[in-house]
Amino acid sequence: MKNRTFHLDLVWALLLAGTAYTWWLGDSGHAGTGTVMAILAIAGIKGALVIREFMALRGVKLLWQIAVFGWLLLVLAVNMAAYWKGN
Amino acid sequence: MHSELTDTTDHDDRPYPPGDLAIWVFILAELAAFALLFVLYGVVRAKHVDLFNEMQLTLDRNAGALNTVLLITASWCVARAVAAIRTGADRSSARWMACGILAGFGFLVVKVFEYSAKFDAGIGLDTNLFYMFYISLTFFHFMHVVLGLLILGFLLLKTLRGGYSADDHLGMETGASYWHMVDLVWIVLFPLVYVMR
Repeated sequence: MKNRTFHLDLVWALLLAGTAYTWWLGDSGHAGTGTVMAILAIAGIKGALVIREFMALRGVKLLWQIAVFGWLLLVLAVNMAAYWKGN
Repeated sequence: MHSELTDTTDHDDRPYPPGDLAIWVFILAELAAFALLFVLYGVVRAKHVDLFNEMQLTLDRNAGALNTVLLITASWCVARAVAAIRTGADRSSARWMACGILAGFGFLVVKVFEYSAKFDAGIGLDTNLFYMFYISLTFFHFMHVVLGLLILGFLLLKTLRGGYSADDHLGMETGASYWHMVDLVWIVLFPLVYVMR
């Protein structure tokens, strides 16, 4: 139980750190392809952590993981591609 | 359904997601709806980059970041509530659930202030394409937070009445899964709408 709750606490701290970095990138006026890639990568890592650890999809049947991780990948990849096309 | 999932084994050992199968069908449908909106946002933004970049600067990024912190924290609290009930610690579970509800309610308060500032400035769905997407996306998500909080409130009441135990907590896992979906969607929404430029 203690290991499990420490694990959840660690994930929470990582999610907060990712949020702070994303906020800083936006607030300091960073823009451009490199910044957008970083922002979307952080969103991907944060989303993957929520799916794996909070939604507890880690270790469940592959089809379930593909459905939800695939959703995250699809949404971020399409927006990255649209950014490249538009800029 | 999935009654074998209500045991106390760690989630790594289970073949199916926690909670009732029906909620996962609902979650996948909701994610598909949000995916459509996110893809549309990206495609339309690509055709109106200057407008979207200019309008994005008028958003309150601090409020968006604060709301991200609140939703992440709410999700963490709910995950801790589920972890606690798996060991039969129903009092602890109820406390974590109450903290999750508080953080989720905080999200709504911040969002209402954010909407008020925009509506007071005369901004609405018909202001321009960016604000049509901003209001549609965030309000659709807002309604999911409201529903999620109603579910968490029900879970809290049932926990306080001793309705869940280490051997029987499928309902809590079901509600928690829905709440984490609401968090996941915002984790994507915040950078797309508030930060990416």
